[in-house]
Amino acid sequence: MSPLRLLHAGLLVTLFASGAWGERSGMVEVPAGEFAPLLRSRDEPETVPVPSFWMDVHPVTNAQYLAFVQTHPLWARSQVRRLFADELYLAHWTGDFELGPGAPPDAPVVLVSWFAARAYAESRDARLPTIAEWERAAAVGIDTDDARTDPAVAAVLARWFSRPNAGPLPDVERGAANRLGLHDLFGLVWEWVEDFNTALVTGESRADTGLERNLFCGAGSVGARDNTDYPAFMRAGFRSSLRAAYAVPNLGFRCVVSP
Amino acid sequence: MKPLPVHPARAVLAASALVLLGSVRLFAVGEAATTAVPDARKAEFAASLPTEQAVLTAAPHVPPPITRDHAARVVVNLEVREVVKQLADGVDYTFWTFGGEVPGLFIRVRQGDLIEFHLSNHPTSKLPHNIDLHAVTGPGGGATSSFTAPGHSSVFSFQALNPGLYVYHCATAPVPIHVASGMYGLILVEPHGGLPPVDREFYVMQGEFYTTGNYGEAGLQTFDMPKALDERPNYVVFNGGVGSLVGDKAITAEVGETVRLFVGNGGPNLISSFHVIGEIFDRVLHEAGTLVNENVQTTLVPAGGATMVDFRVEVPGTYILVDHSLFRAFNKGALGMLKVSGEPDAIVYSGKEVDEVYLGGQSAAGSETVRREEALRAEREDVIAANPRITEIDTEIQMERGKRIYFASCFACHGQDGEGIPGVFPPVADSDYLMADKDRAIRVILKGLTGPITVNGKPYNSAMPPQDLTDQQVADVLTFVMNSFGNRGEDVTPAEVKAVRTAN
Repeated sequence: MSPLRLLHAGLLVTLFASGAWGERSGMVEVPAGEFAPLLRSRDEPETVPVPSFWMDVHPVTNAQYLAFVQTHPLWARSQVRRLFADELYLAHWTGDFELGPGAPPDAPVVLVSWFAARAYAESRDARLPTIAEWERAAAVGIDTDDARTDPAVAAVLARWFSRPNAGPLPDVERGAANRLGLHDLFGLVWEWVEDFNTALVTGESRADTGLERNLFCGAGSVGARDNTDYPAFMRAGFRSSLRAAYAVPNLGFRCVVSP
Repeated sequence: MKPLPVHPARAVLAASALVLLGSVRLFAVGEAATTAVPDARKAEFAASLPTEQAVLTAAPHVPPPITRDHAARVVVNLEVREVVKQLADGVDYTFWTFGGEVPGLFIRVRQGDLIEFHLSNHPTSKLPHNIDLHAVTGPGGGATSSFTAPGHSSVFSFQALNPGLYVYHCATAPVPIHVASGMYGLILVEPHGGLPPVDREFYVMQGEFYTTGNYGEAGLQTFDMPKALDERPNYVVFNGGVGSLVGDKAITAEVGETVRLFVGNGGPNLISSFHVIGEIFDRVLHEAGTLVNENVQTTLVPAGGATMVDFRVEVPGTYILVDHSLFRAFNKGALGMLKVSGEPDAIVYSGKEVDEVYLGGQSAAGSETVRREEALRAEREDVIAANPRITEIDTEIQMERGKRIYFASCFACHGQDGEGIPGVFPPVADSDYLMADKDRAIRVILKGLTGPITVNGKPYNSAMPPQDLTDQQVADVLTFVMNSFGNRGEDVTPAEVKAVRTAN
């Protein structure tokens, strides 16, 4: 680890300790807006309001997560309870407190469970974004204000889907930020959200009985807001494949705070 | 689906197994491994069966026929991998695969078998995947029970109730992208008693690919969403890539053998018009069901469907497998080869016996009918020449037409009897000027005449405008004039007029 990295990690520890995260360094404000759910039952509104919040500019990195593990050793690889993280938890690290070649410090941390991501966020007096918040932030494109029709976003996503994983993940902030100043929402890793397991069932249970949680086959497009929004389908599909203890190689996270 | 004539207890067991599968979802968030409470009746049924591991094969190979005459518990292990493979020479593509292959590995079971399916999603996968086997009776064809995150495995089981050849595919949203990335294969459920024996069996599966680069553009290609929405693939291929059944990779057979092709179509969009050039399918199990059609040239394979074709190969040679929607075969890759070796049979097929020059109607000798027509034409000319009356009649006809033209266009100046107007318009009756030069006479009518001339010893100096007449009309009117009013001359033909007209 480079001296600078150590300094950075130390600074984070200091910030956690002093509770000074209210400065929201490394975050940008996402103004209040609307979220249009991909799937909804007939009597639900087309959009739901999303109040403004602050969001990490990039996904949590290995270095940041290492600093957390060092201060919260119960989340070290060998100490974590299986109930909260499966066997793949931090499997790409060399040791409990050692990143190694498979986990560059500035690359996003992956192979962390939902429980672990929440614990990290809590340690920063932050939380995981909701689906509505995450999608609200990601609805803003790179070259235009609408990610769904932004060719730059489509290009980044297609390139990502069309390349298999090769070696360690690249560092964060390598690609262009979207118009809110947020990096890596597209084309680096998937990200945990607070309510991942409600991804496809959005309302009260009786109204939702016809909705298929797994979105399999053509049934997935029934009731969809926009059945050409394939990136949204992929995110929704990915989220619904998860369990909270899963550690998945292409799944990281970032934090938000409410103002 | 129609119920099978199985032991009633077994049917109940199968149904209860499916009910059980529905309950898996009820388990709470947060468990590292989800395990359903075992269903006692299903467990008892499974325990009553011998267990075997399924042999899976990559195309074009097919697992051997099943010889047992009873049901078994068949364990299938299938791994999903996202891999870069060759789509065409120099063209790479990231395929999402069942077993690292496109099409996915071939599964062969027997009607009534209890299939215990283990679907693993490799940790390097970017996406969750599942499997929908069309051979499954139950929600999602297994997709509801096999949704698997990267780095995880799912297990579910089903009983193969209906015999047939079935497509399986990934059904994770958005399903068209998963299928367009190569996530399909075939599972054969043999009927009780098996399929009629054949000498060779092969696995051929069509699918299409949508890439940003045009056909043949080298390098790692990216999926092209607009082309997929428009159903305009760059590649339509058999067995996952251009040339995967060609040359050294062609499927082979010997003369006299029977060949069965298990043909599937993954799509995601196109219907295949499957055809083997130079063969006739002796038997087609239409849509891979139980209906047998015989003596078929081209058979449809729906997207997400299959067919089984049998035929005996009689003579050696290379037989080309195509989607007979021919631009796909010629320009997009939908082409494979069956190479048959052995002794020729000249009765069934002679091979080329004659190769000679053929010039058609261009031939100097010409064809029989052309020669006969020419002979008749010459005979007609001879008959006409031998009968002067015919020529006379032709001239008389021409004279009558020419007279009409003269009295429409000429007589106002040249007079009713061709006498003209003394000192102003020269005469055409007994005219030395007219009769001296036929070509000049034609030219005067076509182009007009201005300036001094001498006719019958008298000078004239005026202007005649060009006459707007056809070649035939000029010929007719001149023939009339040069054979009337005391003139005695030759006929004028349209060809002569045309010659003068084009001479300038």
